Amino acid sequence: MKRKAIAAALLGAGLITLGSAQAATEIQWWHSMGGALGERVKAIAEKFNASQKDYTVVPVYKGSYPVSMTAAIAAFRAKNPPHIVQVYEVGTATMMAAKGAIVPVAKVMKDSGEKFDPKAYLPTVTGYYTDLKGNMLSLPFNSSTALFYINKDAFKKAGLEPVAPKTWKELRAVAEKLKAAGQACVYTTSWPSWVHVENFSAWHNVPIGTKQNGMGGFDTVFEFNSPLHVRHIQMLADMAKQGLFVYAGRTSQGDAKFAGGECAMFTGSASAIGGIKKAGKVDWSVNFLPYHDDVKGAPQNSIIGGASLWVMAGKPKGDYTGVAKFLGFLSLPETQVEWHTGTGYVPITLAAYEQTRASGFYDKNPGFDMAVKQLTLHNPTANSKGLRFGNFVQIRDIIKEELEAAFSGKKDAKAALDDAVKRGNDTLRKFQAANK
Amino acid sequence: MEKRVVFRSAWLPYLLVAPQIAITVVFFFWPAVQAVWYSFLLQDAFGLKTQFVGLQNFVALFNDPHYLQSFKITALFSVLVAGSGIVISLLLAAMADRVIRGALAYKTLLIWPYAVAPAIAGVLWAFMFAPSIGIVTYALKKMGVDWNWVVNGDQAMLLVVIAAVWNQISYNFLFFLAGLQSIPKSLIEAAAIDGAGPVRRFGSIVLPLLSPTTFFLLVINIVYAFFATFGVIDATTQGGPAGATQILVYKVFYDGVKAGDLGGSSAQSVVLMFIVITLTVIQFRFIERRVQY
Amino acid sequence: MVENRPWLNFFAHAVLILGAVVIAFPLYVAFVASTLPYEQIVAVPMPLMPGDRLLENYGQVLLHGSTKGSGAAVSRMLFNSMVMALVIPFGKITISIISAFAIVYFRFPLRNFFFWMIFVTLMLPVEVRIIPTFQVIADLGMLNTYAGLTLPLIASATATFLFRQFFMTVPDELAEAARIDGAGPMRFFWDVVLPLSKTTMAALFVIQFIYGWNQYLWPLLITSEESMYTSVIGIARMIVGGDAATEWHLVMSTALLAMLPPALVVLLMQKWFVKGLVETEK
Repeated sequence: MKRKAIAAALLGAGLITLGSAQAATEIQWWHSMGGALGERVKAIAEKFNASQKDYTVVPVYKGSYPVSMTAAIAAFRAKNPPHIVQVYEVGTATMMAAKGAIVPVAKVMKDSGEKFDPKAYLPTVTGYYTDLKGNMLSLPFNSSTALFYINKDAFKKAGLEPVAPKTWKELRAVAEKLKAAGQACVYTTSWPSWVHVENFSAWHNVPIGTKQNGMGGFDTVFEFNSPLHVRHIQMLADMAKQGLFVYAGRTSQGDAKFAGGECAMFTGSASAIGGIKKAGKVDWSVNFLPYHDDVKGAPQNSIIGGASLWVMAGKPKGDYTGVAKFLGFLSLPETQVEWHTGTGYVPITLAAYEQTRASGFYDKNPGFDMAVKQLTLHNPTANSKGLRFGNFVQIRDIIKEELEAAFSGKKDAKAALDDAVKRGNDTLRKFQAANK
Repeated sequence: MEKRVVFRSAWLPYLLVAPQIAITVVFFFWPAVQAVWYSFLLQDAFGLKTQFVGLQNFVALFNDPHYLQSFKITALFSVLVAGSGIVISLLLAAMADRVIRGALAYKTLLIWPYAVAPAIAGVLWAFMFAPSIGIVTYALKKMGVDWNWVVNGDQAMLLVVIAAVWNQISYNFLFFLAGLQSIPKSLIEAAAIDGAGPVRRFGSIVLPLLSPTTFFLLVINIVYAFFATFGVIDATTQGGPAGATQILVYKVFYDGVKAGDLGGSSAQSVVLMFIVITLTVIQFRFIERRVQY
Repeated sequence: MVENRPWLNFFAHAVLILGAVVIAFPLYVAFVASTLPYEQIVAVPMPLMPGDRLLENYGQVLLHGSTKGSGAAVSRMLFNSMVMALVIPFGKITISIISAFAIVYFRFPLRNFFFWMIFVTLMLPVEVRIIPTFQVIADLGMLNTYAGLTLPLIASATATFLFRQFFMTVPDELAEAARIDGAGPMRFFWDVVLPLSKTTMAALFVIQFIYGWNQYLWPLLITSEESMYTSVIGIARMIVGGDAATEWHLVMSTALLAMLPPALVVLLMQKWFVKGLVETEK
């Protein structure tokens, strides 16, 4: 017994000395940026920590997007959430509905008196994370959009001009020529739902769902089984049957197929540029997404993908001042320019975009401004501001499942999209009921 | 069956069973009761709002064609895994029972996959069958087979069945071998003297004598396919493509953990509990009366 | 052998050799991949002769993990796997042998009730109670802890039954003699029951070592910190970005490292393993 008491005393003393040595308040930041991106995240945090003495931001890699989101929710339920968590765009509506679990970024900034001007941000980027009253709920961190890449070498080999087709009709014609020239994988895509349903809809200025793509309320229903959508998915299914389109998988699997030189054309995230450059195997160009030229209003503008930073509730009050300071630091043009040029993600403020352009970076690195250009091609409409559907993590998987059924020829495009809409609506209703 | 000689103590037996009972209550019974309770609730992912919805989760479940589809897939998967696993292992065991030279070496070479975790088994096979770089894919393409399990559901099913069977062969093999070795040699010899050839002997004597083992393995393999193959699926197809390999257990995991749907996932847990109880009852009722109480 | 039929013997050997080769093929491919650089694996078809990167690849994963997916060191994961593989059998054997002892050698109120409680756990595998068990662990603050990884897995109906069956075969005379000598139940347990149970314990240990090492769903649920990953989870976390982007050379090095300890146990303790498997029937 006595020995135990002494041990406890020693332990206590140890803790006290540890505590006093660590005067700065710790701010936990959970993220999903692995590999090289993770190094960038670490660098940002270190720079912030060096810039002041009161707060220490501790970035923690928590695994992939769904894993870290699940971990944050579990931590909240266990009453020990991190201060900041990076959540991918599909989780937005779920996070937003969790009043009491999150603190809107606008409120964090206001409460701590940190300088904050919502107008300084790019509207297509922040629109995704802002409520209808104009309050920014989460801070966009890594945002990209869907772009179209071609392998110039493959084009030349097939006797084609190495210029990207602008429309789907042109793409199909090119695809047939590439195939005839012996190209095994002609076209592939990453993120099938994001590219071929979500971005496709915005790009053609048609709705994904009612109520401004769900931004206007929980009682939204899906509309992506329109004749235009059916036609597009049927076209892809036909291409798959003819061997012109190779399905790579549900997430970023297409990236490597293009970067490795296997596929001649590819649609995927703007952030694929880094990987393609690093592999250094192909002579490539990055372009706007193809569109159907008989659709009025196309091309409109594309929408973002990526993730934003959410501030979790339930931390000591004083901590939020530090959180606000850090979010302010993240929005600084210098931080943004470094992030943008280092990763290929789009800058979130106009100032950062201008600063990068003025530095001549885009002239030296063609393609890095393609995402911003495409996102800001026109002023966003109700169909192209973004989307906000509850339980979208599940719904996106439903869409991918149904697309797989269409691409493998198990269902025709109409049936697949009808089923996706029906199952998606059921899931939306469940979300609506759970968040009454 | 009871012991005649027993010890007496008012507290010691309770102390001895306490750890087991404590863990059982905290980690088995309490969660099981919770699962039943949760299955009547509708809750958001963060657990901020909870409503009692009665049987609504179950109604939704059985009206969901994809849940019913998941039953069919689980049944197909179990039949394929159990059927092909048993046939292959029986063949190997019959051969191993026959040879004298190298018997131990063969046995050793056939039992090691038991040591491999199902998830790793999945990874090994997925690597060989990877659509763009797999070595088997390459061979298949040379033979004119268009192999891409990422989009072709039948191929995905085939892949997970192969991985699951490979992982389970050792287990079946050892039981069949033990079963074969326990068949009295005199029976076989008598049949041989009567002029029955090896194939006929196998059909008329060995197989009937092995039927308890076979039936036991059938149940074990079905239980294996139902539950233990979670790792195989999660490390390879994750239930895809288009839900072609989404077995029931994977769906519980997906809905509960990835989609944050507490009520729906718990309702599925309750359904699964019924299935396990049935399987366990069959196992004890018909196979082996291990528990004579 | 009843009669000598050369062609049948030949056939038997042929089938067995074919079986052994097919079964070993994935292992061989994995080994080759673990000795190659990434570029050679993604250049279709990959070579089928081992390369010269064995030490680099294994060194990389042991010390630094993969570079694209999870960057957690595999040495740490192997340690975590080892904790699970040792604590689970040890805990299981301990609590099962004492509860079986109580149930066999004592008469006390609620004995049948306890016995049935233990029996029913057979019907409640982790897979059917994923969310609530996770919740219990979260409420107890055991997420990302060794206690959380092991404790819920050490309750075991099969091990308890196995010991119970075995105790039934222990002659009553031994207990009688102990009682006449004035030895208490625990004395009897230590001096008689435990030494007699050695074989059963060894067999159980081998099976449960593999069980503990190969756990997947449970650690997947309750670990979110890389420092708590087990090797099997680590492998799944390294597979990112599709088949051509995954660092297969590192994944396969890790897979082989993660297979080695349980495979060694199976091969070196084959006798116990077979006994444990056939007798415990899972």
